[in-house]
Amino acid sequence: MNKNYLDIIRSSKPAQFGILLIIFLFLYHFIPQNEGNYFWRLPSLLGFIPIKLNEIIYAALYEWFPLKVYDPIFEMYEEKAAFREFTKSISKGLLFLITFVRELLLGGDKIIDIFVSDAWLKENDWMSWPALPWTAATVGAFLLGYQLGGFRLALLGGIGSLYVSIFGNWVPSIQTLSFVLITTPICFVLGLSFGIWGYLDKKVETALQPVLNVMQTMPQFAYLVPIIALFGLGDHAGSIATIVIATPPMIRNTILGLKRISPEVVEAGLMSGCTKRQLLFKVLIPTARRDILNGVNTVIMQCLAMVVIASFVGAKGLGLNLKVALNSLKIGKAAEAGFCIVLIAVILDRFTKAWANKQVDYFENLTFFERYKLLIIFGISILIFSVVAFIANGYFDKINYLYVIPIEKGFTFAHYIDAAVDWVWETFFYSLNSFNKFLLTQVLGPMKKAYLGMPVAATLTLTMGVAYIIGGIRTCLLVGGMMLFIAMSKYWDRALITMYMATFAVIMASLNGIIVGSIFAQTQRGSKFILSVCDFFETFPSFVYLIPVIFLFNITDTSVLIAAIVYATVPATRYTVWGLNSVPPSLHEAGTMSGVSRMQRWTNIEIPLAFPTIMLGVNQTVVFTLQMVILGALIGTEDLGQLIFGALSRAQDGPGVAITLGLFVSLMAISVDVIVRKWAEERKKALGLD
Amino acid sequence: MSPTISCSSVYKIFGNNAQTLLSESGGNVDAKKFQEAGCIVGVNNASFDVNQGEMLVVMGLSGSGKSTLLRCISRLTDATSGKILIDGEDICLMNSKQLIELRREKMGMVFQNFALLPHKTVLENIAFPLQVKGVTTENSIHKALEMVELVGLKGRENYFPRELSGGQQQRVGIARSLAVEPDIWFLDEPFSALDPLIRKEMQDEFLRLQSVLNKTIMFVTHDFDEALRLADRIAIMKDGIIEQLDKPDNIVLNPATDYVKKFTEDVPREKVLKIESIMDASDPNASGEIAVKKDDIIETVAEKILNSKETIKVVDEKNSVVGSINPSKVIKVLFGE
Repeated sequence: MNKNYLDIIRSSKPAQFGILLIIFLFLYHFIPQNEGNYFWRLPSLLGFIPIKLNEIIYAALYEWFPLKVYDPIFEMYEEKAAFREFTKSISKGLLFLITFVRELLLGGDKIIDIFVSDAWLKENDWMSWPALPWTAATVGAFLLGYQLGGFRLALLGGIGSLYVSIFGNWVPSIQTLSFVLITTPICFVLGLSFGIWGYLDKKVETALQPVLNVMQTMPQFAYLVPIIALFGLGDHAGSIATIVIATPPMIRNTILGLKRISPEVVEAGLMSGCTKRQLLFKVLIPTARRDILNGVNTVIMQCLAMVVIASFVGAKGLGLNLKVALNSLKIGKAAEAGFCIVLIAVILDRFTKAWANKQVDYFENLTFFERYKLLIIFGISILIFSVVAFIANGYFDKINYLYVIPIEKGFTFAHYIDAAVDWVWETFFYSLNSFNKFLLTQVLGPMKKAYLGMPVAATLTLTMGVAYIIGGIRTCLLVGGMMLFIAMSKYWDRALITMYMATFAVIMASLNGIIVGSIFAQTQRGSKFILSVCDFFETFPSFVYLIPVIFLFNITDTSVLIAAIVYATVPATRYTVWGLNSVPPSLHEAGTMSGVSRMQRWTNIEIPLAFPTIMLGVNQTVVFTLQMVILGALIGTEDLGQLIFGALSRAQDGPGVAITLGLFVSLMAISVDVIVRKWAEERKKALGLD
Repeated sequence: MSPTISCSSVYKIFGNNAQTLLSESGGNVDAKKFQEAGCIVGVNNASFDVNQGEMLVVMGLSGSGKSTLLRCISRLTDATSGKILIDGEDICLMNSKQLIELRREKMGMVFQNFALLPHKTVLENIAFPLQVKGVTTENSIHKALEMVELVGLKGRENYFPRELSGGQQQRVGIARSLAVEPDIWFLDEPFSALDPLIRKEMQDEFLRLQSVLNKTIMFVTHDFDEALRLADRIAIMKDGIIEQLDKPDNIVLNPATDYVKKFTEDVPREKVLKIESIMDASDPNASGEIAVKKDDIIETVAEKILNSKETIKVVDEKNSVVGSINPSKVIKVLFGE
């Protein structure tokens, strides 16, 4: 009899979960809540980690490997740490490139300054690169679009550029663009190289995997403080932060794409007599180009999503404008800057895709003029517009509108947006406010209290138990180790708050995503439509989501959570649609012939089969949610994010704290990921989908 | 004249300690024992020659090792042991530079799933082997245009592979493999991914090409009818072993093993056998108005023979009489014993 019960427990997962829940509740209620009790809270044995990290960073910067460096101002040799010189030269190089592109379009004398002395430049103040008139730039964007993808892209480029110019966002847009134009190729080269290396060497791939996992789940904010410490403030620091964040998806896409190539294509390359290099550059990379291009696309989107965050470390451009506008609650101005970012994102996206698909025509037999027609037109238009703009210098007294329309003088629709927001605010104030209050006092407050009242022993038992039931002993130890790492710091309570916010947002976003996805995935047209809506929302930088919610719900947990829910609903929806679409049509037909109703088909056929894919979407939802919750620190929450944000202003111990806390957030995401992935794999195997 | 391809005791065994296991077994490989030791036998002691201008069809079901054998000979995989001579040179001993040289000059290969480069047009795909060799764009495109015409794809030079049907894609694959004018032509189940009707059409096209080009060919297929239709000689493989290697009519008439017999049982004799195999050679002075060639397949001349009431003379390539044939013999083949 006794043995029988054990068998049931051994074979039935629900029974195991039931027992786990009982143990958890027992621990929750009977462990006394006092600070001396190690079952309630662990001592902060790992409190030294941030301090140690700081020591390492500063030792690297000021003590390790001193080199004799010649100082041209004091005309003497000085001892400087090699690492510091290294980071300095990276900063200088990046800054030079960004400034170069910027001045090429906006004009200026900083680049010339590098090559001549200050004094000479002051005497010869005519010595300055002229700005490109926005009119010529618009013609340029139009022609480039035409060359790449015909009339439609020409219109997109031309109108986009025209809009940016006459709405007064020309200068910040070019600042942002120069940032993207330099950062993207660096991410591309780095990502492609590491990806190829990982593809060629299995060991490298195994080593890359956990690093990429951590990098992709670290909150973007956590990188900022260490970057300031290492590279200082400025456009280059923003660029480096972006490189760190945008390179991992490029690496992943490259490896994925290369692995997907059919072995026959590789053999065909070999039989054509390719050398190793030819095989790589003429067969492998071009064949994987779709995945690689998706990577480039992601990189560009990440760059634009990062412009706001990069502005915290001194990057100029639209991001900075957006941040300033948001800080002073100018929703209209912020929306305008946000719109420009989205517009640039769309144009770059389309242009790069068209460029990648361009075809060579072997039969054209053109004269020099025909071949370079567009380039010549562009040159002529630069000449004409520059001359006109130069002559017009005499006509305008202060601002030459033919070069640049400054932001105060440009058209604007900011006040319309402000008015609309005001109207919403006035009309719905009471209902919004009471909803907000209800949510805070009835749902979020109690939930937060429950999380904070959880003894550490109970939390660990629950997470490790779930990991054990789903993934076995290895998963259990892995997850347990990661949780223990957080629990043994002094930030456990903050981590619990982050967890509560994340849990709430993940549940809501997943429900939204599954419902919306299921409704639209019923028809092919619906699927296509909702996927393109997802594409559209994903081009929004995460920051943009905070704009409306702050206004509607003030600076509370509600705002952050709603932004997080909306933001994270996108991946949940996308994966639901993918999952449902991957259910084989023969099963639909079999279901129909068995006489199922629509609802029965959904619950009995579609959802079970799509569930592994949907769970992978939930995984993404966790990452998205955590990013947004941490970002919420900008508008004031009291979780880990707020501490990371706070570290920005603490130069001394900031880097160590930021990295440690960022790592904690990353570990939470990875714990969930490990469990969910394992579970999805098992389900897939059980359903025979692999 | 020495054979173009010559294999002796070629083994291919997959697994970690294949080399040691093979040397322990002393060449006497038992697939089951090897499987227990964690190794899979791909090719088991293959020895054969392919002569200049000959078409050897390697036929076997999936997992029989036929594709592995082909890949050993093109050295896309390294044979575990054995000698593979191409024009007298052992390719197993070649370094990668020599190998690249060999592939650029002498070999062409066609793949089951076409293996076209998706980012290149028809023309660029065909010109690809020339371009990696270092031929100028102008010359390689010129040559590719010739190839396009040869395989009948004129007018589609600038299409991408995704815009073509399966049959058309394989024509591109064929043109690509022929662009460098190789002596040796490998075809790995080239028509298996095609519809039956298209397959027939492509086989005809292939025979037409071969009659013009006269390459040394190794052709892999799982389709026995295809093998009979195309081959000069057929090698039938099972579990890595070549069960029988012979001319099509000999295989049908004298299957060496029970396994081979299973394939030949349902084959209509008249489609395979030549007049030579049923003629009466004891009568070299047969007279008569009508003559058939000794290499004619029975089916193709059956009507001609049956329409005439008398004995018909059989002639060789030089039109000298080598025997005679009686309509009753043909009837016997057609309607069976």
